[in-house]
Amino acid sequence: MASAGKAHKVGDHIDTDLIIAGRYLVTSDPAQLAAHLFEDLDPGLRAKIKPGDFVVAGENFGQGSSREHAPLAIVGADVKAIIAKSYARIFYRNAFNNGLPLLECVEASEKIQPGDELRVDITSGKIENLTRGETYQANSIPEFMRNLIAAGGIIEYVKKQIGAR
Amino acid sequence: MAMTITEKILARHAGLDRVRPGDLIEARADMLYANDITMPLAIQQFENTGVGKIFDPDRLAIVLDHYSPNKDIASAQQNKISRDFARKYDLPHFYDVGRAGVAHVLLAEDGFVLPGEIFLGADSHTCNHGAVGCFSTGVGSSDLAAAMATGKLWFRVPESLKFVFKGELRPWVSGKDLVLRIIGDIGVDGARYCAMEFAGPTLRQLTLDERFSVTNMAVEAGGKNGIMEPDDVVLDWLAPRARRKFEPVYSDKDASYAKVYEYDVSKLEPVVSAPSSPGNVIPVRDAGRESVDQVFIGTCTNGRIEDLRQAARVIAGKQVHKHTRMMVIPASPHVYRQALDEGLIRIFHDAGAAVSTSTCGPCIGGHMGVLAAGEVCVSTSSRNFIGRMGHREARIYLSNAAVAAAAAVAGKLVHPEEVAPVGARR
Repeated sequence: MASAGKAHKVGDHIDTDLIIAGRYLVTSDPAQLAAHLFEDLDPGLRAKIKPGDFVVAGENFGQGSSREHAPLAIVGADVKAIIAKSYARIFYRNAFNNGLPLLECVEASEKIQPGDELRVDITSGKIENLTRGETYQANSIPEFMRNLIAAGGIIEYVKKQIGAR
Repeated sequence: MAMTITEKILARHAGLDRVRPGDLIEARADMLYANDITMPLAIQQFENTGVGKIFDPDRLAIVLDHYSPNKDIASAQQNKISRDFARKYDLPHFYDVGRAGVAHVLLAEDGFVLPGEIFLGADSHTCNHGAVGCFSTGVGSSDLAAAMATGKLWFRVPESLKFVFKGELRPWVSGKDLVLRIIGDIGVDGARYCAMEFAGPTLRQLTLDERFSVTNMAVEAGGKNGIMEPDDVVLDWLAPRARRKFEPVYSDKDASYAKVYEYDVSKLEPVVSAPSSPGNVIPVRDAGRESVDQVFIGTCTNGRIEDLRQAARVIAGKQVHKHTRMMVIPASPHVYRQALDEGLIRIFHDAGAAVSTSTCGPCIGGHMGVLAAGEVCVSTSSRNFIGRMGHREARIYLSNAAVAAAAAVAGKLVHPEEVAPVGARR
């Protein structure tokens, strides 16, 4: 399942307040949240992010609050996946629960430059940098998470559990 | 085979004899909670499961604390989602204005937080509760919804890090300083995915309120949970309030840890996290005596009675600086009432500080004291991220309550000993 889009780079330790500021947490609507995505990080960034694009980050992406509004704001902007060196744990769970794939790849995080054109295969973790003619391989997603995604997320997983009783 | 307190609790709740770090398990949850921001999404996801029944309504609490009392029409609409849900399911533990407080303080006070149990909250500071010896961690709304439907959730068993405190605390050094020091040393991802176990003789010098400040900020080091073994201080505190019988759990003597850190606290000074990371920790003496526009004492980290006492000891008989504004928000109605009975509210009022009903408000830049561009705030909260308390060009220092109160009096960052009345030391 490969898709192509532009890379938008952010730094290390991007917290959930920078992803979506607390003052906007008066709605759970992904589209409304997406309007303010990364606003306090860089007020000009949101306008550059087009549907199908990717966010490329450094270490510990998504640290801080448990607000599921953070992955929702990213999903609302139609970002297809995040590529980072590492993720904060609550964000990690929340992203998969909302169908936002997270790829872990140090090489991609370091070599990809802002605006690079990427083709990313979520299933295999293959990241092609079309601008630079490079290919990077992300760590494989743990089997348990793959099963969760295959089930359609935690809620579908729960439905199956309940149905199986 | 030996296990840590965290491993033992997880194993017991997964019906297993033992677990190892890295294991993926499904564990039973003893208590669940969400707040006004996270509950509406959890409700949506819960209704999506089609289960139509909460696994045990007695084990779910909803606390309206972030945008409560309703800040504006949008938050009023949002809060109504939780209010309607609580009525629809006739939930026994729904906390609204007047009875609500900052959830982590309130739910511990109300006896929902018990040693040996698993507590899940749709709020990252749920790690707070580990101070009584339970496995308590923050999750998102979807995970909480899954647990509301089934009473269970999956976990990766975390590696445990152990932090051992030894030595005598200096005056004006509190639990907050210990945890900030750790975050400064190991970094904001130094405990990523890990259990942080706090131990050592110094814990005996900390009030339970101060211990909560320590476990509360485990998430700021990336931790999954913070935890301490329950001692007689914890058990005595729980005796009149525990909602049910519980079985304390302790680490095996030969349990293994990914890493052990030892601290001689006798060398520690009161510290601050300088803008704009909790990991940017320096002694307050080295903070350059920066001018302060706003001081905020409150939150799940440091809005408990012990914090208000420490602040009152500094500010008693003094005045808030004319260029500084000071807000005190007792974290729960119980803390508020205690502060009234002890005369602390009068001390703050006489000093020219504002005292408000319980809310998380200022900590998330939501309401009650939002910062303007260029303003500097000293806050007893847990996060000083860019934009956290208002404008992205505002700057936030995190500190203990005595340092915050001293900043209010001096109008700048100073060591509390500079302004506190003689003999007021901790």
